[in-house]
Amino acid sequence: MKYITEYRDKELVRILVDKIHAYRGPQVRFMEVCGGHTMAIQKFGIPSLLPDNVALVSGPGCPVCVTSLQFVDHAIALGRRDDFIITTYGDLIRVPGSSSSLEQEKSRGSDIRMVYSTLESLSIARDNPGKKVLFLGIGFETTAPASAAALVQARKENLDNFFVLSAHKIMPPAMAAIVNEDVKLNGYLAPGHVSTITGAGIYRDISGKFGLPVVVAGFEPSDILQSIHMLLEQLRTGNISVEIQYKRVVTPEGNLKAQKMMQDVFRLRDDWWRGLGILPLSGLGISDAYAQWDAERVFDIEVEPTQEPEGCICGEVLKGVSHPTECILFDSVCNPSNPVGTCMVSEEGACQAFYKYGTE
Amino acid sequence: MMEQGKHIRLGHGSGGKLTHDLVTGLFLKFFDNEILAKQGDSGLFLLDGVRRMAMSTDSYVVDPIFFPGGNIGSLAVSGTVNDLAVTGADPRYLTAAFILEEGFSIEKLEEIVREMAHIAEEAGVRIIAGDTKVVNKGKCDKVFITTAGVGFLEERLAHIAGGERVRPGDRILINGYSGDHGIAILGERESLTFTSPVLSDAACLNGLIRDITRNHDVHFMRDATRGGVATVLAELAALSKRPAAHKMGLSVDETAIPIREEVRGICEVFGYDPLYMANEGKVVAVVPGHQADDVLERMRSHPLGRDAAIIGTVVEEHPGKVVLQTEIGGKRLLDMLAGEQLPRIC
Repeated sequence: MKYITEYRDKELVRILVDKIHAYRGPQVRFMEVCGGHTMAIQKFGIPSLLPDNVALVSGPGCPVCVTSLQFVDHAIALGRRDDFIITTYGDLIRVPGSSSSLEQEKSRGSDIRMVYSTLESLSIARDNPGKKVLFLGIGFETTAPASAAALVQARKENLDNFFVLSAHKIMPPAMAAIVNEDVKLNGYLAPGHVSTITGAGIYRDISGKFGLPVVVAGFEPSDILQSIHMLLEQLRTGNISVEIQYKRVVTPEGNLKAQKMMQDVFRLRDDWWRGLGILPLSGLGISDAYAQWDAERVFDIEVEPTQEPEGCICGEVLKGVSHPTECILFDSVCNPSNPVGTCMVSEEGACQAFYKYGTE
Repeated sequence: MMEQGKHIRLGHGSGGKLTHDLVTGLFLKFFDNEILAKQGDSGLFLLDGVRRMAMSTDSYVVDPIFFPGGNIGSLAVSGTVNDLAVTGADPRYLTAAFILEEGFSIEKLEEIVREMAHIAEEAGVRIIAGDTKVVNKGKCDKVFITTAGVGFLEERLAHIAGGERVRPGDRILINGYSGDHGIAILGERESLTFTSPVLSDAACLNGLIRDITRNHDVHFMRDATRGGVATVLAELAALSKRPAAHKMGLSVDETAIPIREEVRGICEVFGYDPLYMANEGKVVAVVPGHQADDVLERMRSHPLGRDAAIIGTVVEEHPGKVVLQTEIGGKRLLDMLAGEQLPRIC
């Protein structure tokens, strides 16, 4: 496969692995922030190639994993109204809310549709003028521009039956919070796709304030291994900085057009993250200019206060404090078919990645 | 089972873990008998205490009903023929029941039935009974087909379905490219345009299976349908969890599993794992190590086995588990499909 196999070349991988094995220093732990990295790391069996003194821990960069149960409950409550069509990315469908999930609601008759892009939601709205079409906006700087673009388009068309319920979040506050919570880390593998939009500049504080190496990594095995080596080199030389390994996609300044659109459509607000609690200015609410498409403001939604499932340690897993296998629910009552916690639901969740691909 | 919810979800039909829960927790509980309890691809029984028989049934609800390389009729015949053949049986007779939606085109139905007749004739099976029901528009989706089949099973092959003879040192083979059917359906559904479309591999495997069982000891066979090659391998490894079974695991080489470039590429784009992609004409066979090369050659001399490959080995280590050597040389576990990759694939 052109442009992919090159990055999975066994010989290249072997050279990088040898370089990593040359590291003789004390035990280090690097956090891969992004769920896409978690998945790739497990899928290619990268942990089996690393020396004992280099460990990877999964971070909070799985959109579904950090989203509150309340958000799902909101969506379910609206879905139960006859005049609503709920549209969402596939990941969210199986997330358990406090007492149900969108998948179960669908089997009970709510009109819930999986979409690959916000443009599909818009066309569902155009095709169903008698219905209110809600898009569930989750994810970080990667998916937020798509929600923003949909809102801009809705305004352009005067589409008055399309709404967004936003749980969008931004990455840097969570990365800072994890360091502030004294989670033992020696560096970050920073998310490649987020950085495509934001640019690598957003991590300057992490390396500057906290003295932590940051490398923006791609998603192929050789990308990840090279990034690990770059982190080790920063530690060895003491030149702590933000480096971009994923240069074929990521620039220091990012996608300015997408950033501008996000600024117009969203406003920063305090937001709740599983495992980290409320982080100041870490969430993206919808701006006043787009208030009429903001489901939160337009519809009165009342849901019971939610409680995290008993025994579930997703919060600890997301911070990199606990490993999925340390959870008493893991593989006993919680598995990808019947997930209890969000980290088991998502393709990008650490628990599911480990359940599917983990070695002992 | 089914801690969550009291309703059937799409995942219950995926052939993965949820299906397994439903079968063991509900069907097996009420239809309790020792033949069903074996949970093979076919039910195996003795006729009048002498003649070994295999019986199997399957329903087909694939969407779309026409796809590159076949239609719902090809699946309805080959699926049931294969379920019989992988137990070592010689499939002979099928039945076919049709549920038709009011308004469905008779011309299309004819195309489906003609295909069924053609495939059955090629496979040497006869369709000897049937049923037709029509439901109101919207109460089913165009056409659903259920086939059932019976076949005769030679005494010397009766052990294959249970896999009792599988042991460390055995090699694992597959008769060709994995994931073609899944991608053919996906391509049709998503209107993907390919320079050369991936065709479904739907085919009756009884001829190829007859070839490899005639002069060789096949220890185990299963057709890799929903849940793909990965699920069959996980099921094979799970054999060692049965009482009195050999303690064994599987070591599988990811790069040895034949996967077409196009299939790999599309899976990459959609985020699917080709090892979990459905097939409708692939058998995974386990044979003694010293016979593996001969069986491979035998497979390759059959038109449905031209791209056959040896993909792994039964080992003593990590009992009950499938350890995959990844393409970059790493190691990871391979487990059954959890949840649903693509609904209504067959």
